[in-house]
Amino acid sequence: MAITLSASDVPSPPLSARLTPPQVWGIVLLAPYLLVFLAFVVYPVCYGLWLARHPASYVALYNDPIFARAAVNTLIFLVIGINFKMLVALFLSGFFIQQRGWIKWLSVLFILPWAVPSIPTILSVRFMLNPEWGMVNQVIFKLTGDDGPNWLNDPTVALTMAIGVHIWKSLPFWTLILMTGRLAIPNDLFEAADVDGASWWQKFRFITWPSMQVLYVTCSLLSMIWTLGDFNSVYLLTGGGPADLTHVLSTLGIRYLRLDQLSLSMASIVCAMPFVLPLIYFMMKRLSR
Amino acid sequence: MKLPTLRDVGTEAKLLLIGIPVFIWTMVPIYHMFVFAISPKEDAFAGKLWPDHPTLHNFHIVFYQEHYFLRDFWIQFWNSTVIALAVGALTLFVATAAAFSISRLKVPGGRAVMNLALFTYFIPAAFLAVPMYRTMGNYGLLNNHWSLILAMVTIASPYAIWVLKQASDKLPVELDEAATMDGATTLQLFRLVYLPLMMPSLVAVGTYAILLAWNEYLYAFLLLSKDTDITLPVALGNFLAADDSPWELLMTTGFIYALPPAAIYYVFKRYMVGGLTAGAVKS
Repeated sequence: MAITLSASDVPSPPLSARLTPPQVWGIVLLAPYLLVFLAFVVYPVCYGLWLARHPASYVALYNDPIFARAAVNTLIFLVIGINFKMLVALFLSGFFIQQRGWIKWLSVLFILPWAVPSIPTILSVRFMLNPEWGMVNQVIFKLTGDDGPNWLNDPTVALTMAIGVHIWKSLPFWTLILMTGRLAIPNDLFEAADVDGASWWQKFRFITWPSMQVLYVTCSLLSMIWTLGDFNSVYLLTGGGPADLTHVLSTLGIRYLRLDQLSLSMASIVCAMPFVLPLIYFMMKRLSR
Repeated sequence: MKLPTLRDVGTEAKLLLIGIPVFIWTMVPIYHMFVFAISPKEDAFAGKLWPDHPTLHNFHIVFYQEHYFLRDFWIQFWNSTVIALAVGALTLFVATAAAFSISRLKVPGGRAVMNLALFTYFIPAAFLAVPMYRTMGNYGLLNNHWSLILAMVTIASPYAIWVLKQASDKLPVELDEAATMDGATTLQLFRLVYLPLMMPSLVAVGTYAILLAWNEYLYAFLLLSKDTDITLPVALGNFLAADDSPWELLMTTGFIYALPPAAIYYVFKRYMVGGLTAGAVKS
């Protein structure tokens, strides 16, 4: 009987011998993050998907008017909130790069909404909109003698206010980012345009916008992901009310959790994935270059 | 002195026409909070634009915990501080080690780990909250500060790793080669060459993680529930449980709570703007 020696019978050198010391250190230093990632990202995600495995959950979601309402609200929140916010940020970034002493000071204050935590400021807005004691309705009463609207009791107005709070909070950040984009445009382009007698619109249309459109679109997409996850603006201002009509997807999951409908909670998040994953894919392509 | 021309005045007026609404829009919620903090209850609820009798009494009530809602104020303040600092330190440790490993040691699979981390960064944290809550329950960590610390480290480190990797890719390779030629071990390279050069980015990332943890509401209110365990934002949210909440005290506490992050932000602004905004969106 012939003895055949295949390559696999020869003991391969142990893993540690094949790695250089820096590589060993590389693995050791990468280990803490990998542990965190496995324990607090991989496991929860898999567990969440497992909880959301029953088709019955999706049928229940489909039949729940609050879910449909939340999906529509999320869409409104995204489309109106982001476009409005980014357009204003684009406009204000042009304002804040003006060389003026007072504009410098204003920009320091303008960052405040981004720098302070959102909870106290959102609650401040919430009381401001209180129909009886809030400052807004008191001012309306003093000026016109009429009672102001019951701001947070009408779903449309309440959602608009939540979008407003979201914009208030995140506008400074995006303005700052778009400012860096504007400042990167070489100034001689504008000087040449001035010599040619270009109007401000022509300067924007043919110089500013072409150099900023990639940044603008990237910012809009990133803002979309973050806005999808904006829990505080809705939850702390309206609490999802009145009558659960102002929920968005990020607050709906918590609502189901509080009602002990865990599988519905997970299923509602899974339903958002077809929208989120393409965005994530696109952003990763942008950033991992 | 040259008199301003009509054109200059016109431009200035147009800028003011933008600047004034921006100023009002930005300051109204913060001003409202401040007015509440210095108003006695009657003035606050009368919707006055400035109180008739401004007072620091509310701060006195908060600092001496003289109200039912505030009986654990200092311990909650302490909780917030400890958790924020722990998240800052742990994130720095995890992220610096990972970034050094991926960027300088070129560990096999490092690119894949970077991509996984980026993927995590882009999943909205609110979507991960419910599974994270259940997971912490399974690990037996609910109502334990470690649950919030670990959750926040998980959320903060992807971006931290990414920023640090971008920064360390910019350091010249020759530096490492020279140090290795002189007989430096990998750890010496890390400690004596890498860390000192990365200081500005480390400050930015540490500040980012501390602010993220200090400001976090959703995870804190899911993971912690006992009055003596919760952080300040959860305590603020709990004010809403009652119909006749003392809003002037809520706003005072909120004002105190908002001061440290605002101060940190302005002190470290030059690091934040350089390290973070440039890194946040690469066109």
